[in-house]
Amino acid sequence: MTAVTGSKRTAQGESRQMLGHFLGLMGKSVFTALVLAFFVIPVLWLVFAPFDAHPGLNVKLPEFTFNNFKILFENPTAIASLGNSLILALGSMVVVLVLGSLASYSLSRVKIPGRDLLLYTLLLLSSIITGTAAMVPTFLLMVKLGLIDSQFGVILVLSGGILPTVIFILKDFMDSTPKSYEESARLYGAKPLRILWDVVIPLARPGLATIAVWAVVQVWGNFLVPYILLRSPSKSPASVVMYTFYTEGGQPNLALISAFSLLFSIPVVAMYFVVNRRYGFRFHGGIKS
Amino acid sequence: MTRTRFFAAAAGLLAGTVALSACGSSAAPSQATDQNADAKEVTLTITANAVSGGKNAAGADWITNYVIPKFEEAEKAKGVTAKVNFQPNGVDDQAYKTKISLDLSTGQGADVTSIDGIWLGEFADAGYISPLEDIVGKDKVQAWDGWKQIKPAVQQLTTYEGKQYGVPDGTDGRVIYFNKALFAQAGLPADWQPKSWDDILDAARKLKKLPDVTPLQINAGKAMGEAATMQGFLPLLQGTGQPINKDGKWQGNSQGVQDVLNFYSKVYGSEQLGDPLLQQDAKGRDKSFQEFSQNKLGILIESDYLWRSVINPVKGVSPMANRDSAVGWAKIPAQSSGKGPNGADFVSMSGGSGEVINPKTKYPQQAWELLQFMSSADAIKARIGSTPQISARDDVNGEILKADPLLNFISTEVLPVTAYRPGLADYTQVSAALQDASGMVASGKSAADAGNAYQKALEGIVGGNDKTFK
Amino acid sequence: MTAPAAGTGPSRAVADDGDVAGLGKARAMAFLAPALLLISLFLVFPALWTLYLGLTNYRLSGSAAKNPQFVGIDNYINALSDDRFFNSLGLTLIFVFGSAVIGQSALGFAIAWTMTRVRKSVRAVVEFFVLLAWIIPSSVTTFLWYALLDRSDGTLNAMLSTGNTAWLLDYPLQSIIVFNTWVGTAFSMLLFSSALASVPPSQLESARMVGAGAWAQFRDVVFPHIRGHVLTNTLLITLWTFNTFTPYLLTAGGPDDRSNILPIFIYRLALNDGALGQGSAISLIMIIINLVIATVYLRLLKERKS
Repeated sequence: MTAVTGSKRTAQGESRQMLGHFLGLMGKSVFTALVLAFFVIPVLWLVFAPFDAHPGLNVKLPEFTFNNFKILFENPTAIASLGNSLILALGSMVVVLVLGSLASYSLSRVKIPGRDLLLYTLLLLSSIITGTAAMVPTFLLMVKLGLIDSQFGVILVLSGGILPTVIFILKDFMDSTPKSYEESARLYGAKPLRILWDVVIPLARPGLATIAVWAVVQVWGNFLVPYILLRSPSKSPASVVMYTFYTEGGQPNLALISAFSLLFSIPVVAMYFVVNRRYGFRFHGGIKS
Repeated sequence: MTRTRFFAAAAGLLAGTVALSACGSSAAPSQATDQNADAKEVTLTITANAVSGGKNAAGADWITNYVIPKFEEAEKAKGVTAKVNFQPNGVDDQAYKTKISLDLSTGQGADVTSIDGIWLGEFADAGYISPLEDIVGKDKVQAWDGWKQIKPAVQQLTTYEGKQYGVPDGTDGRVIYFNKALFAQAGLPADWQPKSWDDILDAARKLKKLPDVTPLQINAGKAMGEAATMQGFLPLLQGTGQPINKDGKWQGNSQGVQDVLNFYSKVYGSEQLGDPLLQQDAKGRDKSFQEFSQNKLGILIESDYLWRSVINPVKGVSPMANRDSAVGWAKIPAQSSGKGPNGADFVSMSGGSGEVINPKTKYPQQAWELLQFMSSADAIKARIGSTPQISARDDVNGEILKADPLLNFISTEVLPVTAYRPGLADYTQVSAALQDASGMVASGKSAADAGNAYQKALEGIVGGNDKTFK
Repeated sequence: MTAPAAGTGPSRAVADDGDVAGLGKARAMAFLAPALLLISLFLVFPALWTLYLGLTNYRLSGSAAKNPQFVGIDNYINALSDDRFFNSLGLTLIFVFGSAVIGQSALGFAIAWTMTRVRKSVRAVVEFFVLLAWIIPSSVTTFLWYALLDRSDGTLNAMLSTGNTAWLLDYPLQSIIVFNTWVGTAFSMLLFSSALASVPPSQLESARMVGAGAWAQFRDVVFPHIRGHVLTNTLLITLWTFNTFTPYLLTAGGPDDRSNILPIFIYRLALNDGALGQGSAISLIMIIINLVIATVYLRLLKERKS
C-alpha cells in the first residue's frame, strides 16, 4: 500500500517510489515468511503426534492412526468438557463485557477522584489472585456463599479476576472514540445508557472484540479455579480434563494429550474468526475528531 | 470512590477476613462415634486421585463399577438405603493435595479420601484427619479381620505417632531394571544380580563400550523431583546402613552421605557412565523412560510403576512390545555385602497410599464399613485382577501377583528388605535438599562441596544441628 | 485528538469537558458499581486476605495450617536475605525485558502493522498460527518446544545442523525468552490490530497527500493514536510475564538456577511444600517491583509526549 499518489511527481521520485515499493514488498514478504516459520515450526509436533500410535518427545512421521481420537470420543468426560469450557468462557465473557463496558465508559467520561490509582491497584491485585496462595481465601469465600460445585460461582471468580484488566484495556478504546457523535446524540435527547449502547459500543467494537477473545482465552486455559471449585465430573471444563491424561507417576500420555489439545484449541480459534468477521477489527467511516 | 473511602472499605474487608479465616481453620472435635449409626438412609462420598479414562483409570472404574453397586447392594440386604458418590480427580498430585486439604479443612470433604502415605503426618498435624479409633471407636477398628493380612511395615503407611489413621491400599518397591539385549551385547549375564555398588559400576563400564548407549540412569537433581530421592539418593543411603531419619534426627553430611555422593560422582563424573545433562532436563525422567523403551539405556533404577504403567506393552505410555523377554531386574545391593541396615545385603525404598475417613463425616460407622468393604480381599482382587499391582494385603498378593513375575519378585524378595520414608512434616524439604546435593554432583561439583551445602540446608530446615546426626 | 494513557493522571481530552454524554457523577458511579461490587467480592477481598497470609506462617497442611502464627515481616526478611532471590530477580528482569517488552510487544506490533498491508488470506493464516500458540494449553506448548529444542532428537538441531546442541541447558534463559515470546505475542498483535484499526484512514490519507513517508506517517499519525495502547500493552504484558510459571515445565528453573525466574523461585521456596504465607509475601514483593516498573513506563511515555 505504498503511496503512489504523491502530490509532486517527478521521474526521479517515481523511480525512488518504485524502489521503495519493491523493497517494501520484499521486506513484507520476508518478514511474513519468518513470522510464519517461527510460529509454525514448533507446532509441527502437534501436527503429527495426535495421529501417531506412539508419539514421543520428538517430531517424527507418525505410525498413522485415528485411534487417539476414538479413545477421546469414548472418554466419558472429554467431549462434554469442551461444552463446559464454553459455558464458563462465554459466561465470563458476557459478564466482563457488560460490566467492563459500563465501568470503562464511566471512567473514561467522568473524572472520578482517585480513578487511576484505583485502576492500577486493582490491576496489581489481580496478579495475586492467580496464584495458589489466593485459592485458600477464594475457596473459603465460596464455601460461605454456598457456591462450591457451581459453574456460576466459577464464572464469578474468574470474572472478578479479569475485570480490572478488561476495564483497563477498554478504557483506552473508550478514550479514543470520537466524542462528536455523543454530543450530537445528546442534543437529540438520548439518555446515557442509550448513547453508550448505540453510539459508543459500535465505535469501540475492535476493542470489545479484542477483550472478548482475551477473556475467552483466559478462562479457557484456567485449570486451578475450576478444579478447586467444582466437584461433579459432569461440570469439569476441558482444561481440567487435559490434566488427567497422565499416569499415576506423572508421565504424560502424549497420544491423548496431543489429540485432545487439537480439539481443545479449535473452538477458540473458530470463535476468533467468527468474532473477527462479524464484529471485526475494522474501522467504520472516516470520522475526524 | 475516594481514597479514604477505599481504604476504609479495604480495612472492613480485612476485618472480615480475619474472622472468616479463624473459623475456617478451627478444627472442630469429631462427633460421637455412633452418630447416625442406625440411619436407614445414608449418603457417602469417596474421592481419589483417579478418573475414568485418565489418570488411575482402573481405580476410578473399580469404584464406579464395583465398589458402589456392590456396597449399596450389601447395605440394602441390611435394610439400609445407601447412596455412594464418587468424586473423581485424576490430576497432578500437588493439585489434588491442595484440593483435599481445602475440602477437609472446611468439612466439605468426602467421607472416604484416598491420600498418599507421605501426606499423613501433615494432614494429622493440621487436624484434617483423626485416628480411626477416635472416629469409629477402638473396638470397631480392632475388630476388622483385614489387619492381620497387612504387614506391620505396610501399616506404617497410614500410621502416625503410633495411631492408625486409615487403611493402606497398596505399596511398591524399587529394583534395578536392565536391558537384556544390551547386556548380552556387552557380555553380561541375563540373570545379573549385583552384590555391591562396584558391581553396578563394573556392568556400566562394560555397557559404556556399546555405541549410542547410556549405561546407567540413577536419578539426581531437583528437575527429577521426588524421583531423585526415592529412586536415587535414599536407596543408596539405605545401602550404607543408616536411614535418613533415626530417632527423630535427620542424617547430616555423614560418611554415608559422602559415600552416596561419591557414587554419583563416579556415575556422572569423568567416566560418564550416566548422562549428566539428562539430570538437569525438565523432562529428564520422561526421556529416560523413552530411552529405556528404545533400547538406548542399559540400567535404570525404578519402582514397579515403570513395569506396570510405562513400558507395559498394552497400557504403557512408552510401551515395549517385548517387555517380558527384554527386561531383566535385580535387587538393589547395599554398598557392599552386609552393609545394609542390620547387616542386610539388599535394600529398597517403598511408598504407597491409603484411604482415610473424614473426621467430620455424618456417618462414621457406615464410612468405616465402606472402607472395610473397599479393603476386603474380594474388592482388592476386583481392583487389581486385570492390571496386577502390589496391594496392601498378603492374601491377595499371594494369589494375584503369581501371574506377574516382576510384581511377584518385588512382593516376595524386595518388600521384606524395603524401607519407608519418614512421614514427618519436614520430609519434603529434606528431600529437596537431597535432590539439590545429588544434582550438584551430577553437574560437576565435588562430593565434599555438595555434602557441606546439604548440611547447611538441612540445619536451616530443621533448625540447628542438634536435630541432625552424622 | 489525544489518546490519553490509562493510569496517567488527568488527561487533557477528558479532564473537564470529557463528559460529552452528560453522564454526571452519580450516574457514572452507578455504571461503575456492578463491576466494583464483583471485583471487591471476588478479587479485592481474597487478595487482601492473601496479603494478610503473607504476615503469617500459614501452610496448606501441617500444624501451621491449624494454628497459623502471626510472624510479621519474617517472611519478607526470609525472602530478601536469600541470595537466590536476587539472582531470580535479575533473571526475571532480563526475561521480562526480552520476552515481553522486546519480544511480544515489538513483534506483536510488527505483525499487526504488516498484516494491515498483505492479502486477506495471508493475514488469516498468520493470525491463525499466532493465535494457536496462545491458545494451546501451556502444558502442551512445553512438549512442542521440547521437541523443537531437545539435544538428541530436536527439530532445531536437525534444521540448523547444529549437532547435539543442548539449547535448553546451554541457553536456558534465552530459550525461555524465545518460548514466552512465541506463546504471548498474540495478545499484543490483537491489541495493536484493534488500535491500528481505530486510526482514522482519512488522517493517514492526509499525511500521504503531503508526502509523508512510512516512518513519518507512523510517528505523526499512528503513534499519537496508539500511544495509550502501547502503554497499556506494555504494562499488562510486563505484569503477566512477571507472573508466568510456564517456563518451569520447559527448564525446571535450571540448570543451576540459570532460568530460575521469580514465579519458579516462589513455587520452589513456598508452594512446593505448601508454605503459602511465604508465597504470599513474595507475591507482594513482586507487586511492588511491578509498581516501580510501571512508574518508569509512565515517565517514559509522558516525556515522549512533550
